[in-house]
Parts: sequence; C-alpha cells; structure tokens
Amino acid sequence: MTTPAIRNDWAVMAIFTVAVLTAPLWLAPIGANYPDLLQKFAIFGIFAIGFNILFGLTGYLSFGHAVFLGVGSYTAVWSFKLLTMNVIPAVILGTVMGGVFAVLIGYVSLRRSGIYFSILTLAFAQMSYNLAYSVLTPITNGETGLQLTQQDPRILDGPAGEGLPSTTLFGLEMSGYSGFYFCAVMLILAFYISLRIFRSPFGLKLQAIKSNQTRMKYTGFNTKPYLLVAFVISGMFAGLAGSLMAVTDPLAGAERMQWTASGEVVLMTILGGTGTLIGPLLGVGIIKYFENIFSALNEATLHAFFSFMPDWLANVMVAISSQFVGEGWHLTLGVLFMLVVIFLPGGVMEGIRRMTAAVRNLSKQKPTELEPKEAEG
Amino acid sequence: MSEDKKTSELSRRGFMKVSAAAMAAASTPMFFTKGAWAADFRNNPGNAGSVKLGFNVPQTGAYADEGADELRAYKLAVKHLNGEGDGGMLNTMTNKALKGNGVLGKKVEYVTGDTQTKSDAARSSAKRMIEKDGVLMVTGGSSSGVAIAVQGLCQEMGIIFMAGLTHSNDTTGKDKRRYGFRHFFNTEMSGAALGPVLEKEFGKDRVAYHLTADYTWGWSQEGSIKKYTEQLGWQTKAAVRTPLGAGDFSQYITPVLNSGADVLVLNHYGKDMVNSLTQAVQFGLRDKQANGKDFQIVVPLFSRLMAQGAGANIKGIYGTTNWNWSLTDEGSKAFVKSFGQEYGFPPSQAAHTCYVQTLLYANACEMAGTFYPPEVIKALEGFKFDGMGNGPTEYRAEDHQCFKDVLVVRGNENPTSKFDLLQVVQEVPRAQVEYPADMLGGDLGPYKV
Amino acid sequence: MAAGQLAGRQFPSISHLTVWTVMDALILQLLNGLDKGGAYALIALGLTLVFGTLGVVNFAHGALFMLGAFCAVTLQNVLTISKKVKDESITFFDAYKETPYLEIWWGDTGAAIIDWVVPISIILAIPIMLAIGVAMERGLIRHFYKRPHAEQILVTFGLAIVLQEIIKSFFGANPIPTPAPDIISGSANIGMMLGLGESLVYPWWRLIYLLFAGVVIFAVFAFLQFTTFGMVVRAGMQDRETVGLLGINVERRFTIVFGIAAIVAGLAGVMYAPILPPDYHMGMDFLVLSFVVVVVGGMGSLPGAVAAGFLLGILQSFASMTEVKAILPGIDQIIIYLVAVVILLTRPRGLMGRKGVMED
Repeated sequence: MTTPAIRNDWAVMAIFTVAVLTAPLWLAPIGANYPDLLQKFAIFGIFAIGFNILFGLTGYLSFGHAVFLGVGSYTAVWSFKLLTMNVIPAVILGTVMGGVFAVLIGYVSLRRSGIYFSILTLAFAQMSYNLAYSVLTPITNGETGLQLTQQDPRILDGPAGEGLPSTTLFGLEMSGYSGFYFCAVMLILAFYISLRIFRSPFGLKLQAIKSNQTRMKYTGFNTKPYLLVAFVISGMFAGLAGSLMAVTDPLAGAERMQWTASGEVVLMTILGGTGTLIGPLLGVGIIKYFENIFSALNEATLHAFFSFMPDWLANVMVAISSQFVGEGWHLTLGVLFMLVVIFLPGGVMEGIRRMTAAVRNLSKQKPTELEPKEAEG
Repeated sequence: MSEDKKTSELSRRGFMKVSAAAMAAASTPMFFTKGAWAADFRNNPGNAGSVKLGFNVPQTGAYADEGADELRAYKLAVKHLNGEGDGGMLNTMTNKALKGNGVLGKKVEYVTGDTQTKSDAARSSAKRMIEKDGVLMVTGGSSSGVAIAVQGLCQEMGIIFMAGLTHSNDTTGKDKRRYGFRHFFNTEMSGAALGPVLEKEFGKDRVAYHLTADYTWGWSQEGSIKKYTEQLGWQTKAAVRTPLGAGDFSQYITPVLNSGADVLVLNHYGKDMVNSLTQAVQFGLRDKQANGKDFQIVVPLFSRLMAQGAGANIKGIYGTTNWNWSLTDEGSKAFVKSFGQEYGFPPSQAAHTCYVQTLLYANACEMAGTFYPPEVIKALEGFKFDGMGNGPTEYRAEDHQCFKDVLVVRGNENPTSKFDLLQVVQEVPRAQVEYPADMLGGDLGPYKV
Repeated sequence: MAAGQLAGRQFPSISHLTVWTVMDALILQLLNGLDKGGAYALIALGLTLVFGTLGVVNFAHGALFMLGAFCAVTLQNVLTISKKVKDESITFFDAYKETPYLEIWWGDTGAAIIDWVVPISIILAIPIMLAIGVAMERGLIRHFYKRPHAEQILVTFGLAIVLQEIIKSFFGANPIPTPAPDIISGSANIGMMLGLGESLVYPWWRLIYLLFAGVVIFAVFAFLQFTTFGMVVRAGMQDRETVGLLGINVERRFTIVFGIAAIVAGLAGVMYAPILPPDYHMGMDFLVLSFVVVVVGGMGSLPGAVAAGFLLGILQSFASMTEVKAILPGIDQIIIYLVAVVILLTRPRGLMGRKGVMED
C-alpha cells in the first residue's frame, strides 16, 4: 500500500524538479522567462505552499500572512547591512524570525477559530504594517523601504569597495538567473517538505481537525499544539519567501505586510485549488503573470499583435482589448476570479482534473498513475 | 533535430567570432577616441535600428490619473524625438544637440509598466523592462517612495533613471544615486519659495498648525515649511502626524479649532490632501477668525489634477507647483500646444516633468555621442538649458537635482474653465530656492557599476 | 502688538488650558467618534445582515458603498450638463466656460437643484441600489449559498474589482468633489445652541450624517422587529433549515434582504460623498474596516455591529488626540486593530456574537 505511494511521490518530486529547473525554457513562448518574474514565481510559490499547509490542511484562513513575509524581508536586509552580503545567514535568520513572529501571533490568534481567527491575524498584520510605515521608521525606513547603504558595518565582510555590494552565495552573485536558481532550489525543498507533511500522520491529524474539530476535542485530543505547529511552519515558509525577496533584490518595504498582500496569497491559493499541492503554485503563476505581463501591454503592442488583421478590424480589436490590459489589468484579473469560481469550483486544479478525466473518458484507457494523487489533498 | 540545432548554433557562434574580430580590427584606429568604451554595457543597442525607453507609471491605484497623464506626455516626447508631430519643446530648447531623427540616428521605441504606487511592484516592473525588454533608461513614477526604490535598483543595474513626480528631499539628498536624475523640485525649494510669499500675504506674526502625512515625504515637507516660516518669525503651535490614507481627518482637525493657531499647513498629497482640505473647509477653518486675523490654510505641494478633487475648496489657498500650463514662456506654450492638440486638454505638472526628462535624457545621449551610461551621466551633470518651461535651468552635478524657478500658486477664485484652477502668484527665482549641495547629505556612488 | 500678546498668551501647553477648552476638545472628539461610528455602523449593518441570513462572506460590500457614492456623482454630472462657450483666449485646446442648462432654463431654481444634488440623490439611490442588489443576488450570490466561504471570498472579490474598474473607466481615478448644499456646507455653532460657549462648532453635514445614520439604523431594526417579513428573516438567521421546512419561500426573502443591505450601504455612500470626495477605490478602503467592525460586534448580531461601529469610531477619535499620542506614539495608527484584538481575546464571539456562526 505505502510502497507505490512513495514511489509515486518520488516521481512527482522528479517531475516537479525538472519542471522548475527548466522553467526558463518552457516559459519562453509566453514571455515570462526573464529573471525577475521567474524569481517571483519561485518566491511566491514558496509563500503559497506555506500558506496552503495552514489553510489547505486545517481550514484556518489567516488573513495576515504577509506579516511574516515582511518580517523575513526586513531581517534579511538587516543581515545584509550588519553581518555579511552572503545570503545564507540572511535566509536562515529571515526564516527563523518568520517563525518567531508566527509563534507569537499564532499562539494568540489560535485561541479563536473561524472568522474570529481570520480577523485576529488580519489585525496583527495591519498593526505591523501601520507601525512599520510610520513610527518604526528607524528600523524599517518607513515609506522608502529598508535599503543597503555604503556606511553599513557588514562586520563579517571585508572593507566595502566603491558602490553598493551585491548579495552573493559565496561569491556567486544572486541577481539574474543565478538568483532564480537559488530560489528554485528553495522552492523544490519547500515543495518536498510540504509533500512530506501532506503524507505524514501529522498532516492527517490536521485534516481531521479541518473536517471536525469538535469531535476531535471530545475524544480528548488537544488540537491546539498541532494547529500551532502548522501555523509556525507556514509562517516560516513565508519568512523564507520574504528573505528570498531580499536576496534577489535587497530592499524591504512595509507594503509587503499590508492586507492586500495577505489577501493576494489567499486569492492565489483559492484560485489554484485549496488543499492541493500544485494548485497554489498555479494560482501564483496566473496572478503574477497578469500583474507583470498584462499590465505592460499598451496600445502600441496591441496594434503589433493584431497587425495581421485588416486595419478596421485591428482597430476594433485594439479598442476592445485595451480595456483589459495596461491600466485595465485589474479588470481582467477580476473577471478571471469570477469565471474560475463560477465554472471551476475547487480552482484551476479542478479544471485540470476535469480535463484529464475527459481525455481519459475519450480514450477509454485504463486509468494510470498519471493523475497526481496529491491533488486530492 | 537537436543535433542540427547544435551545429547551426556552433557555426553561428563561429561566424560571430569572426565578425567580431573583423569589427575590432576595423575599429582599432578609433580606439583612443570617443566610442572606445562603448565596448559593452547593459542593454547596449549596438547596431540595432532602434532604442527602447521604459515608462514606469502608476496605472492602478490612487495616482492612476496622474500616471495616465505622464504616459501621454511620454508618448508625445517619443513622437517629437522621432521627428513626428510639431516638435513641441524641441523647437524651444536651448543648448540642444537633438536633431529630430531619433536619438543618435536610432528610432525611439518604448515599453510601459504599472508601478501601482508600491515600491515592490515598481521595482518588478522596472526589472522587467531592463531584463526582458532591454530598455536603456527607466523613467516615471508619482511618489517619492517609488522613485527612491526604482532609483536604487537602476543604480545596481547600471541603467539611467529619470525620476517623474517625486518631491521628497531624499530623492536627490540622502538617497541620491549616480544613475538617478530629478527635474521636479523638492520640499526644500517649496519651503524657500513659499515662505516669503506667505509672509507678504499673511504677515510676520502668525501661529501655524501642521497636519502631516506620517511618512518620509510628509516629514520632509513639514520640516522645510517649519524651517522657512520660523525664520520669518512665525511660531509653530503643533505638528500632528496623520496616518496615510486616513480618509476621515475630523479627529485631527477639531483640535486645530481652538488651538490658538491661525494658519493650518496641510502636508498632504493626493487623496489625503483632497480629503483633509475638503474637511478642514467644512469645519469652517477658511471663514474663521483667530488671534484677530483671518484663518488661513496652506497646501505646500499643489497639483492641478488633485486640486480638481477638492473642487471649490481650493479657492484662495496658497501652495507651490513645479509648472502650470498657463505659463506664457515659449517652451510652455509649445508644449501646451502640442499636448492640447494631441489630447484635447492641457498637460499636468507631472506630464510636463516627464516630457522634459525624456527629452533631456535623449539630448544627453546625443551630446555624449553614445548610450554608454557613464558618458550620458557626465553629459547630464552640470547641463544648462532653457526653453523648457521653467526658465534657465541647471542639472547640478553634485546631486543631480534641477535648479530652476519655482511657482507659488493660489487656487483660482474665478476659474474660466475647469482647467483654470491654479493662478500663478509669483515665479520665485532660482537664486532664492538654491541650497548648498552638501546640505542634504547622501552619496552619488560610482559611474561604473 | 496686542494681537501678538494675545497669540503669545494662548500658546502654552495643556496645563494652561482652561477646563472649558478641555471639555470642548473632548466633546468635539466625541462628536467625531459618533460620526465615524455612524459611518462604520451603516456599512457594517448590511454586511452582517448578509452574513447572518445568507451565510455569505461578501467582499463586494465595499463596492456597494462606493456605487452609492457614485449615484450622487452621476446625478451631479447629469444635472450639470452644460452649455459650453468656448474660451477664445485659449487656442491650444478647447476650454469652455460652462453654464449648466438647468441654470439657463430655470435660473436660481435650477442652481438650487444642482446645489441640493446630494440630498436629491438619496431618493435616486434607493431604487438603483435595490436593483443592483437584487441583480447581484439573483445573478451571482444565490449560486454561492452552499459553496465554501473561500469560494465566496474569491467570487465577490472578483466582482468588487470588476465593479470598481468599470467605475474607474467612466469616472477616472481621481476623487470627484460632491459638495453638500451651500446652506449646510459650513459649521453649526452647537456651543451657542447648547449654552456651552461660542467655541464649539461642528459641520452641519456631519451632524446630519449622524442623524441620518441613526434614522437608517432605527428603520432597519424596526423593519426586522415589527414586520412579518422581519420575523421570518430573524428566524432565518437563527435556524435557516427549519424556516425552510415550514414552507416559507426563503429564497425570495433572501433576495430582498440582500437588496436592503445594498440600499443601506449605498445610502451610507451617498451621504458620505460630501465628507470624502468619492473615487473608485473608496469601497476597498472601507472593506477591511467593515469586516473588523462586523466581527468585533459578533457574527450574526445586528446590535453588535452597530455597537462595535460606534465603539471603534469613538476610540479612534480619542486615540488621535495629541495628548494621547504624546504618551503612546502611533497609537492612532493601530487603535482599531488593537481594540479588535483585545475584544476578541476577552469575548470569544465579539461583543454580541452567537455561538456557532462562522466559527468553523
């Protein structure tokens, strides 16, 4: 019983690893293969995977998860400022600080459930955001965001050269593609941990809490420690993601902690498919793609795109489609949210499942192991 | 198939090696002249027939309208650079190297992006322009936080950043960068320009109460106004910080009523300014008497687009602005004409600064004879020009800040049209708003990155 | 000289303030708090009604508030359709001296109608918001009653974005001034009225807003308390299944409940327009806050939402006083959330929440 599942898991990991590492190749046709967007995919992928461990498994909807992202970023930048430009301490410290904040906030918030829990997490995040933006400016550099300066001590590094130093992994600069591959390795690691958690007895207990917490409690089972562990793991994932944001781009701003940022990861997870392993990553891909590519289209690019049509038709098409790109990219995203929920309850993963089912029905083949089992979550 | 590809790749590479060697040989005599260092830099256009500029403006969020106006100005600038349209300020600019045939003979193209008025989003968008689209220069923005964030990024990546609307001192002070340039004015200049006018209009004996947006720009603005009004003998009763996006400011306005102050300074911009001003007027502050004088409201940084949102409440209120379409110098007229004919309404100050910045960058490339950033930077540093709407202007080499006249404006009591909101009270000469370069600190950093 | 002395004497710090000025300051902050509270309560009322009866997490509720405000903007735009006389002095673009046709046709009466646009749009907003509410419920929300909350969030959030982007494409992103009628745009000297000295002034429109909020809240309560319809809805909030079993057409009533929620949110928006010039994003700005209010009040409790609205409004006002901020810097930035945390930790279901509603 367990052996095929494990073998299946290794297959999933292998496919996932190859897919992530070759992303610069297969994302090229849709214009998403430049370093910054690839890094964002990986970083928010980690964030969403972590969020999914909490929300997907336990059903506890945190509406303030971005606070850990912000804390991770600030910690990492401080590590660059005070210690060294090497990314290893930054990543470790960022993840740990995310965890510390998660212990504090989680311990308090988990005393409530349902929407009361959501609002508690939201409240903590909004307090952190508002303070970071204003009175905590000595630590966070407020609106401008925390940046590196020439005068930073960097006690572990030698004397600074001319100009600002870059983040490095033992000499390898962490911008561009090398930055992406560093994030990609972290993503693969995070995915593996998440897979192990989903499969573990711990994961099963979390799912049991989701399906019926009261019954669990009546059987004398104390759910709180399990929930707290899930919350902290998920906070550490967010801290890791935050520190990676600083690794690829050493700047940390308060708006990373705003409710809109917390809301974004909620939307990503639901859009892709809550409780599935791959779903949140798809959600990340879709939202980040729209944010970066659709917002950059303008009438000139649209004209180029429709240039194969007769002029009058091209003009009509440009007039219509320009409402949905550039400054209208929010509209496209809103419409997309609605369409996905209306037609694909369960998110994009549901759509994929339906499609594979349809294909299988058509070909009338015996079901194989192709369908990723973790999608059941 | 893959074998095929490999061989063709190899042969292509081989060809490139040969041709590179040939080109190197051909260019040897020029090695000690200009152009030698054109060797390599990020997004070098090489022999391409066109160059790309990146227009990074807020397209969503509170400043979306300002961003849209900036984008209009950029498109117009590209047109004029490429020799299309009526040429706009290219006809009035002095000290000009541009020829109206693109830049260095290359056609100018552009890409756009959305900053969302968030540092992260703005940097992401700028990175996309640099990494994916291969732009030579990034410009735009409608707030100082974003400008400073993108400026820092551009320094790291070796791409020139021509700031859009950013008013905080830090942009060319504490956070100045070798690769960043600002044409817009700053809070220090606002204070220096506004102070004497306030003294003339309201007298020496005034007590001011500040409401300040609780972030870097707000503090910077509060500091400058305090500094210059206190020099004139004003007293500062209190300076209260208000959260960004507070919406309802009533709890901050009521304490002003009986505070003993007779001037309210609103260090707010954008929606905050619209709301706080509207509400302050509702609380009767404009009709009030205090200390035997008429109570006054001052909004140090005015923008016509935002003033529209405050409606009739801005009538008679003093502030400063970088530029206004009603100016009658040749440069302003040329710009308003081509913008007005293209879009049917006058440009905003944000549009003006963005248009000018694009032209200045292009002109610097033309002067330097190359797109190589360190040379372009050197061409911009200390560059003096006129005919761009602000009188004689200089890009100060020490901090990359433009020095020029500053406009003190007043909300128009009797507007003749919906665009006629601000009335220019005084064009404060450059000498009065200039400050020593080392006053605001900061370090530009190296030319080569 | 005399003026200088006067100014000098009024200067010193808090200790020199008379008892009266302290009283004034406190009364004014209380009024500010009530006013804010009124706004919060009005927005939260509809949200909690939809929560409680339909079990739907409506992230598009802020958009309804925004649409209400834009009813006033639209009416203002219609009423001020103007005869345009080109300003010949400007040659580079077309600038017009605009005179509204209403003023040309009806003179002062026309001008007065334009002046009173906000109160007039209340009458307009009721049918419009009802129509929008009913359309939303029938077309979308209805199909999500049985769906998980997460999906309700996604679909209503998507709807909110779509609605606000549509408004943005028509009206732009800038705030649009929508002033109150001239006669009540200034301040009332309530100090004189109440015999508390001359220095106590407060804007008429805010006093009217407070009164209006009270009337609307009272009307909603009376409607739910004293009508058969209300009885069924209240019963539905307690136990939806049983009510359904009794053969009562719950669906139609749900539609009407949603319509009422839309009207209340819309009216809150119309009345708020003179205080906060409307822009397309104002709904989102209030969204998070209205959720906090509803949850602090307790899920499924209308009186709870109202009480929480006023409580948070008043505390926010007092926390913003300079004297308080001197002791606790930045307290005004976080007070709402801080209070929310304290209340939710001391009272598990908010102020008046019922057990088992939205707890899982």
